[in-house]
Amino acid sequence: MIAADESTSPEGLSRRSFLLRLQAMGGLVLVADVLRIAKAAPTDPPKYGAEGMPHGTVDSPLVFLSVGDDGWVTIMVHRSEMGQGVRTGMPLIVAEELEADWAKVRVQQAPADEEKYGSQDTDGSRSTRHFIEPMRRCGAAARMMLEQAAALSWSVPVAEVRALNHEVVHQKTGRKLGYGVLAKRASKLPVPARDSLRLKSPQDFRYLGKGGVALADGHDIVTGQAQYGIDPWFKDMSFAVIARSPVLGGSIKQFDGAAAAASPGVQKVLQMPASIATAEFHILAGVAVIANSTGAAIAGRKLLKIEWEDGANGSYDSDAYHDALHDAARRPGMVVRESGDVDHAFQSSAKSIEAEYYIPHIAHATMEPPAAVARFTDGKCEVWAPTQAPQVTREDVAKHLGITPENVTVHVMLLGGGFGRKSKPDFATEAALLSQAMGRPVKVTWTREDDLHHDFLHTVSVEYLKAGMDADGKVSAWLHRSVAPSLATLFDPKINHEVPPELGMGFINLPFAISNLRLENPEASAHCRVGWFRSVSNIPHAFAIQSFVSELAASANKNHRDYLLELIGPARKIDPRSQQDSWNHGESPERYPVDTGRLRHVIETVTQEAEWGKTLARGRGQGLAAHYSFLSYTAVVVEVQIDDAGRIKIPRVDVAFDCGPQVNPDRIRSQLEGAVIMGISLAMFGEITFKRGRSQQDNFHQYRVTRINEAPTDIRLHLIPATDWSVPLGGVGEPGIPPIAPALCNAIFAATGKRIRRLPIKDQAKRTT
Amino acid sequence: MELQINDQTVAIVAEPALPLLWVLRDLLGMTGTKYGCGMALCGACTVLIDGQALRSCVLTLEQAVGKKITTIEGIGATPVGAALQGAWQELNVPQCGYCQAGQIMSAAALLQVKPHPSDADIDAAMSGNICRCGTYTRIRAAIKQAADQGAKP
Ligand code: FES
Ligand code: FES
Repeated sequence: MIAADESTSPEGLSRRSFLLRLQAMGGLVLVADVLRIAKAAPTDPPKYGAEGMPHGTVDSPLVFLSVGDDGWVTIMVHRSEMGQGVRTGMPLIVAEELEADWAKVRVQQAPADEEKYGSQDTDGSRSTRHFIEPMRRCGAAARMMLEQAAALSWSVPVAEVRALNHEVVHQKTGRKLGYGVLAKRASKLPVPARDSLRLKSPQDFRYLGKGGVALADGHDIVTGQAQYGIDPWFKDMSFAVIARSPVLGGSIKQFDGAAAAASPGVQKVLQMPASIATAEFHILAGVAVIANSTGAAIAGRKLLKIEWEDGANGSYDSDAYHDALHDAARRPGMVVRESGDVDHAFQSSAKSIEAEYYIPHIAHATMEPPAAVARFTDGKCEVWAPTQAPQVTREDVAKHLGITPENVTVHVMLLGGGFGRKSKPDFATEAALLSQAMGRPVKVTWTREDDLHHDFLHTVSVEYLKAGMDADGKVSAWLHRSVAPSLATLFDPKINHEVPPELGMGFINLPFAISNLRLENPEASAHCRVGWFRSVSNIPHAFAIQSFVSELAASANKNHRDYLLELIGPARKIDPRSQQDSWNHGESPERYPVDTGRLRHVIETVTQEAEWGKTLARGRGQGLAAHYSFLSYTAVVVEVQIDDAGRIKIPRVDVAFDCGPQVNPDRIRSQLEGAVIMGISLAMFGEITFKRGRSQQDNFHQYRVTRINEAPTDIRLHLIPATDWSVPLGGVGEPGIPPIAPALCNAIFAATGKRIRRLPIKDQAKRTT
Repeated sequence: MELQINDQTVAIVAEPALPLLWVLRDLLGMTGTKYGCGMALCGACTVLIDGQALRSCVLTLEQAVGKKITTIEGIGATPVGAALQGAWQELNVPQCGYCQAGQIMSAAALLQVKPHPSDADIDAAMSGNICRCGTYTRIRAAIKQAADQGAKP
């Protein structure tokens, strides 16, 4: 764990200055969370939710919305759209409180400017839960200003007027004034104080929690007009691709760019400035080929002759590393949570069962690879980027160019997928540096090969579990060792334990009623760029725990669902601090306890809906898994059909999901549908392997993802309605993923008796008869 | 060299071996057609060449000369294209949306030859188009909806 001591890191920065520097860089998802934990003095009142993020929240209507005298309302979105629907959902919240007509709302994307807009880091499944309240206040304040303006126009008390669907009505006389007519007068009025705001009563909601809202960008997407980060185009621009060090920390010994420079269309061959020892989001050592088209640049790059100096990570080998993790998992590690007397409980148990699970590196493989455009002129730089972290992009670009952040404008474009990859703006920095060098706009495109070779990969882990059972098959002792390089190694390569947010992703906060339990985290070091991938450490933790419970149930000859419910125990609210979880997704432990009642409920719902235990034909099987993550509760039943050759088909998936109140149910459904597919992808095929420090997968033929003919045709979603809007919101983008892989493997076990403990599944379901 | 794109003739000066994808995106600024793999593995770059769905990342400029090229920017002018774009919006198919231009182009080619595709037809025609966000169930539904609408007189 990171402690705020003064030890010195290799770059000569003291640990404290390292921490401060990180903080200055702005909200790096988990890292910011780690730092808050590490830095908070015991006397500081803890800050939770968005207020715990750098730059917190802003709720002023002057910042987020404007009403034109034509009646059009323009709402600013300060979070990044990557398919989760934030450019629809966030303005919808404002429009709801504003009493705006959605058909007269335009959406505008905010540039990077956290001081103005509040935290812009779009990750951690938190845009809606962090900003629903500020956005409601923002809309309500503007509505009250419009009402005030109407009352003044009519010289009547404001209590007699009411905003309703884009106009203000004087209730006594029935007079009406449209928002467009009122705009000017309203804009001159003071913004009402926060404590004087009247929020709408949820029973009056017209949009929130309802269906039928079209996507903000739907039309532009289907007509090819939507602008992603890879799309900006200027007549005088150049197009670049870069050959990067195949090994993390590698450098260029020598290179010969003559043939590349002579290739048709190539304008220049340039060595990228040396990278900095700590990975962070810095650029990698490399040689850029700049041409009059990306195609010409790619052709030119093939002619580069580069001799690399691999450095210390040049021996990274996935097979050997697996063995090292396996060995580490067999030895005691740092104890991160303990209760009861595990050793004694194992001695007195009737039997004990152990299992080890392996989850490899996974690449994000966003359909739009990393790409950005930059235009550097007169000491200022404009960047167009598909970034999840606008502010970090701004600061990183400024730092690398040697100018101040005020001189960098970051236009946040649509993201063709993010999944955590595009929180790291190395690609934008590359474009900025090349534009500076070329004196003209430059677009940098990562080819798919670049993407799979140099990703900030999902970690790799071995999860070892051992349980003791009494004669009735009840668990009396539980030992879990999780070994995985931490994403915090990006900032300090010496870190060799999972950091609190990683531990808090379904490992340390195990919601089982087991009296004797010990959770350990042995050491592991990173040899490639490890970053956050949608759902992060929940993926290995859920895979291991939810597979293991199925193994235990089978061994005890019990129904998996009943066994899981018994392990979870009675409905209760667990204080995360009692689980040594100091993180709790950055949220208040009082406001967000772990609610086993809600977890039980999604399990009960999904098994009922999927007709758990129904009789199935030969070769078919159902598998169950449930997981709590990002403050939401998910349970999944996967049904598989496996033919005699061992080919897997997934005819049906049921998901029960409880995220509290639902702002835009259509986008919750689409996120869950997507999570099912992505979860199947990573379970079936997802693996990046290393040899001699190099990623071995080049393109989609070697890094397979699920295609339409492999996807379930029947995905049934069961959204659990919240009791009311006072329930705090949970996350949506990520919690659908973790239970998919274990539910799928549990289904394969049910169908074939074959237990899969090592992902990806590939052809492991083949019968060995 | 001259290309016929969306019923317009455009003159291009470039290497004959340059993939059509980059002619469209980088030389002409028609960025609706997307790059995803460069190896005909993902379908993001799908365009219609004489009505057939082809991957523009592996089709050279030279090979495209003399053919009728339709891109996502032009497909809405065809009844099938318009029906697909309408269904896509009604069902809110896109998540990030990046793959959807290619998906719609492949679906358009499918509906041209099979106005009422079965699930197996959809699998066969669409399995070359990856959607990393996982919108497949809605893509399937939208193709069927567009097909049903097309069937109406
Ligand atoms: S970019 Fe052409 S098929 Fe992927
Ligand atoms: S919608 Fe994002 S890749 Fe298909």
